[in-house]
Amino acid sequence: MELRLLVQLGIIGLAFFMLINASAVLVLAERKIMAAIQQRYGPYLVGPHGMLQPLADILKLLMKEELRPKEADKWLFTLAPVIAVTAAFTAFATVPFGAETTFFGLLDEPVKLGIADVNVGLLVVFAVTSMGVYGIVLAGWASNSKYSLLGGLRSSAQMISYELSYATALASVVLLSGSLSLREIVNAQEGYWFGFIPQWYLFLQPLGFIIYGIAGVAETNRAPFDFPEAEQELVSGYNTEYSSVRFALFPQAEYINMVTMSAVATNLYLGGWHFPFVPVEYGWIAFLAKVGFLLFAYIWIRWTVPRYRYDQLMQFGWKWLLPAAVINLLITAAVFLYFNA
Amino acid sequence: MDGWLGFVIMSVLGVGFAAVMIGLSVLLGPRNPTPEKLAPYECGMPAVGDARERHSVRFYLVAMIFLLFDIEIAFLYPWAVALRDLGWAGFVQVLTFFCVLTVGFVYVWRKGVLDWGPVARRAGDPVQKKAA
Repeated sequence: MELRLLVQLGIIGLAFFMLINASAVLVLAERKIMAAIQQRYGPYLVGPHGMLQPLADILKLLMKEELRPKEADKWLFTLAPVIAVTAAFTAFATVPFGAETTFFGLLDEPVKLGIADVNVGLLVVFAVTSMGVYGIVLAGWASNSKYSLLGGLRSSAQMISYELSYATALASVVLLSGSLSLREIVNAQEGYWFGFIPQWYLFLQPLGFIIYGIAGVAETNRAPFDFPEAEQELVSGYNTEYSSVRFALFPQAEYINMVTMSAVATNLYLGGWHFPFVPVEYGWIAFLAKVGFLLFAYIWIRWTVPRYRYDQLMQFGWKWLLPAAVINLLITAAVFLYFNA
Repeated sequence: MDGWLGFVIMSVLGVGFAAVMIGLSVLLGPRNPTPEKLAPYECGMPAVGDARERHSVRFYLVAMIFLLFDIEIAFLYPWAVALRDLGWAGFVQVLTFFCVLTVGFVYVWRKGVLDWGPVARRAGDPVQKKAA
């Protein structure tokens, strides 16, 4: 019993450590992939092939002066990055990342690879990721700077608009699996059609996956939807007035949110830790590979697609994505009932 | 880990991480503020007026429609989980619900709430006409 608790705490600690480092790895990956796309080398001086660049960056940021504009709201200005980063970490808490395992016979009873296994996991992910908006809006408002305020306002409007289509797209998956627990949704995708096509919801919900993908990029404020920090209009948007570590916490939250979005997409559409010819004990490797691929796609999209205009963004979200998601849900429900009722 | 303990641990770790990082930078960073450094950034110009002015009414409108639609989606989740038991009767009920909602959505659309920027101007939007 003692050992079991220790192992579970170890899993949480490891996941937390991986999330902290995910942002460092992603910053480096982003710069390296951007450089490759633009036919450059990218960071190359710090460590072998520039591998230690993120470490140098965070040390440099730690040594910088913390500035707070005189007009800014003292407490909210500090609280905003804390909210953003806490919401990002907590949103990952209910996302499972592997099947049950005994660690090669170390434990008598298997433990579940995940931080918190609750039966409403998906709802928790929604609730907590929407809390992340508060971090950005408060940062924009507390700075008392025009660029920051506009960035924060735009961000809130964008995130709430795309949250609708994103949640409606996921409702179709909930409908198919009949559960809100991410672990049960993954387990419902085990097995094959005709013996070789894996039963992933991607193949039942291609439109849903596309809607989720687009809305996910908009939710995490990534290009081509990075209006909260559109450089040529808003300098840097909601984090214009931030410096030092308080600034660093915002990109950190953004990268962790990207990991969470990719992990949720993997669990809901790509079969989680199930993969053809991979035994389920090693499923976490398949899971990491899928999340890694989705993160690569995030960066790939950013350096390939030009930025939208804000009015185009709002029109696309409300006039195309939301109706498409609703129609997708109704068709899914009708087909589901035709085969199951 | 079963239950909510992991969730609580994770949020405590998150707050702790942010607090430690901010604390470290306060300890390590230099501190010599000047009036210029503490002024809000406005591309080198002295800041004019307060930042918290009035802004476009569309942000409020979007927030209001969002509330309606978000509640609708919150209703959809239990329905989606239970559809297997509800059968076609449940489907028809939600279809009716969506029809009512669509009427409201079309009204909002026709009123031009979802049009931002240049498109709104072309359509002769009353809010923008008055401003011009």
